[in-house]
Amino acid sequence: MKAIIDAVSHYNYFITFFLMVAGLYVVISRGNMIKKLIGLTLFQSSVYLLYVAPGKIIGGTAPIIDPAFKVYSNPLPHVLILTAIVVGVATLALGLALVVRINEAYGTIEEDEIFARDGEI
Amino acid sequence: MKAIEPHLPVLPVLIPLFGALFSAFFRRGASAWLVALVATWLAAAVSCWLLAKALATGMPISYQLGGWAVPWGIEYRVDVLNGFVGALVTTIGAVIMPYARRSVAHEIDQHVQAWFYTMYLLCMTGLLGITLTGDAFNVFVFLEVSSLSTYVLIAMGRHRRAVLAAYQYLIVGTIGATFYVIGIGLLYLVTGSLNLADISARLATAPPEFARPVVTALGFLTIGICLKLALFPLHVWLPNAYAYAPSVATVFLAATATKVAVYLLLRFFFTVFGAGIGLASVPIPELLFVFSIAAMFIASFSAAFENNAKRMLAYSSIAQIGYITLGIALANQSGLTGSIVHLLNHAIMKATLFMALGAVAFRLGVVQISDLAGLGRKMPVTMATFVVAGLGIIGVPGTAGFISKWHLALGALEKGMWPLVFAIVSSSLIALVYIGRVVEVAYFREPAAAANKAHDPPISMLAPMLLLAAATIWFGLDTRASVGIAAEGAKVLLGGLK
Amino acid sequence: MRHDIILRIGAKLILPFILLFALYVHFHGEYGPGGGFQAGVISASVVILYALIFGVEPTKRAVPQGLVERLIPLGVLLYASVGLPAFFHGRNFLDYGVLGRDSASGHALGILLIETGVLITVASTMVAIFYAFADRGRT
Repeated sequence: MKAIIDAVSHYNYFITFFLMVAGLYVVISRGNMIKKLIGLTLFQSSVYLLYVAPGKIIGGTAPIIDPAFKVYSNPLPHVLILTAIVVGVATLALGLALVVRINEAYGTIEEDEIFARDGEI
Repeated sequence: MKAIEPHLPVLPVLIPLFGALFSAFFRRGASAWLVALVATWLAAAVSCWLLAKALATGMPISYQLGGWAVPWGIEYRVDVLNGFVGALVTTIGAVIMPYARRSVAHEIDQHVQAWFYTMYLLCMTGLLGITLTGDAFNVFVFLEVSSLSTYVLIAMGRHRRAVLAAYQYLIVGTIGATFYVIGIGLLYLVTGSLNLADISARLATAPPEFARPVVTALGFLTIGICLKLALFPLHVWLPNAYAYAPSVATVFLAATATKVAVYLLLRFFFTVFGAGIGLASVPIPELLFVFSIAAMFIASFSAAFENNAKRMLAYSSIAQIGYITLGIALANQSGLTGSIVHLLNHAIMKATLFMALGAVAFRLGVVQISDLAGLGRKMPVTMATFVVAGLGIIGVPGTAGFISKWHLALGALEKGMWPLVFAIVSSSLIALVYIGRVVEVAYFREPAAAANKAHDPPISMLAPMLLLAAATIWFGLDTRASVGIAAEGAKVLLGGLK
Repeated sequence: MRHDIILRIGAKLILPFILLFALYVHFHGEYGPGGGFQAGVISASVVILYALIFGVEPTKRAVPQGLVERLIPLGVLLYASVGLPAFFHGRNFLDYGVLGRDSASGHALGILLIETGVLITVASTMVAIFYAFADRGRT
């Protein structure tokens, strides 16, 4: 019983790791380059959750010092993830730009068709 | 001088950063090149000064960004090891610069040349940031700065496959970086700190119920970093990326990018985990042995059967990474010295080899091995530097490659693992095969029609090649500086172990 | 779009207010939701909206592509330069408390300059991406 309660009380980690594995699966299994990038974004988003969720302290308030409050949430993970989100957006933008160029060069964004056109590389 | 000295740890990162911004601002290829030239040489001078200071003090030099106290603020922490890697990255980056002007002008469209130099300098900024910072999340940010600029550099290649190679590297590289962040996230959850030294100290006192997340974090970090350093079997992105990137980008990446990832691996294995929980609790060395030996043989065989000379050297790089990780797996003084000195030696030799191929591409536009026929007579100096560096890759005594392999073999013997010595020697014989193929084609075949008019590239391209080829010999004969510093670095790593 | 008089007049009326709102979001960023990122995107939307209605060519005459591509590094340069004055006061890089009379006012000024750098870079990057894609369909 205690094991079940333990597992349920850590539900945020289950969600995080489900998203993580799902994103990675999409990256590996799909041949469409846009879908791969979507999977990659999902994978990165799961990490945002991994950081942000534990930053919330139950009963804690925003970290602005005031004598009325004793418990504050941890602001650092949010700052870190803000950085990670910007990095993720930049990666996605660059990835999409590359896909546009690939589409212009090959006329397709399906990996197997590209390999068929150029030979396996 | 007195005014600059306290800021030394941060300057190697700032100079290329500002250089990148100025070269993007000027937008003309020639002025961007001039900015890059000045920035890289300044950065190299500052990094060497920093290394000298780190050697002299013998203690880590700490620099707190914005004056925020450790462990809350970001700390730059420089000891002999990362001072050495930083000096390596900047010096190679600076030596390439005179070579870059003609090669880039030849291979890259006029209107994007300035962007090329911007990305080159940004990549250098990222690599130096990873090297010098002592903050785990800062490492991630710089990792992405260097990775994103690397993808752009690769995509600037002339062949349409360059874009494809960049895309494939983007997918793999982002997965690697994300694995790294997951590892850092788990460590942060356990220790509540992001400062590498602080994490290490807190791991040592962490309650035993945290053992599992810590080991999970180690797994994520190892895989993430190994994707970046192209450890077999995580190397699939590397051959295409190196083969289709512009010549100058290939030279720089092959010489520096994987080396910095190796440094990061050393830092995490020894300074963070080794000093915190002890390496014995983790079965990483056993895995590293298997993959290193697989890399040394399988990648070398792939190189021997490869027809594109750039791809051949890329596979050779994967094999050489195998030597470096072998030394890490040995985890004794001689083995680690071999690994660290091989960072330098391999960087010099691979830069020379790729520069020689870049010179061939500059004259002929192609780098298939069959196209090299007769070039030994048509481009004598270029091919001579290729042969010297090639001998270094094989590990002939008197070249730098021999020194690293010697220390690796010593490390293996100290551990009583004599079959490893056999493995090192026999994989060197495969290197003899693939370097020998190029030499055979270049010196003993009649030149093709296209190669008949070829001759050595201009002096601005020859001088860096000759300099590095001479360094290959120099570091093979006089090892006081290279091995001396590497041994100090190994001592720093092993001295902190629990 | 030449005949859509409502769109043209409406856009001319609304564009200055969008820009004003961008500045409000920028300068209000310290006290409420907002800051350089959001303000940058909003001010870029002014240029993009203008281009959608009046065409890319007139927009490029008003906001030249060369200028936009120079503004990208300029914003980052402003951001990074905020860290430099500390060198002349014997402090560490990025210690921008030295910018003002006391540490608090220095930090307020420094963060405003940093956000301005972010605004310039984000806005010009957005416009540069828009120009890059607007050109692609034509050639």
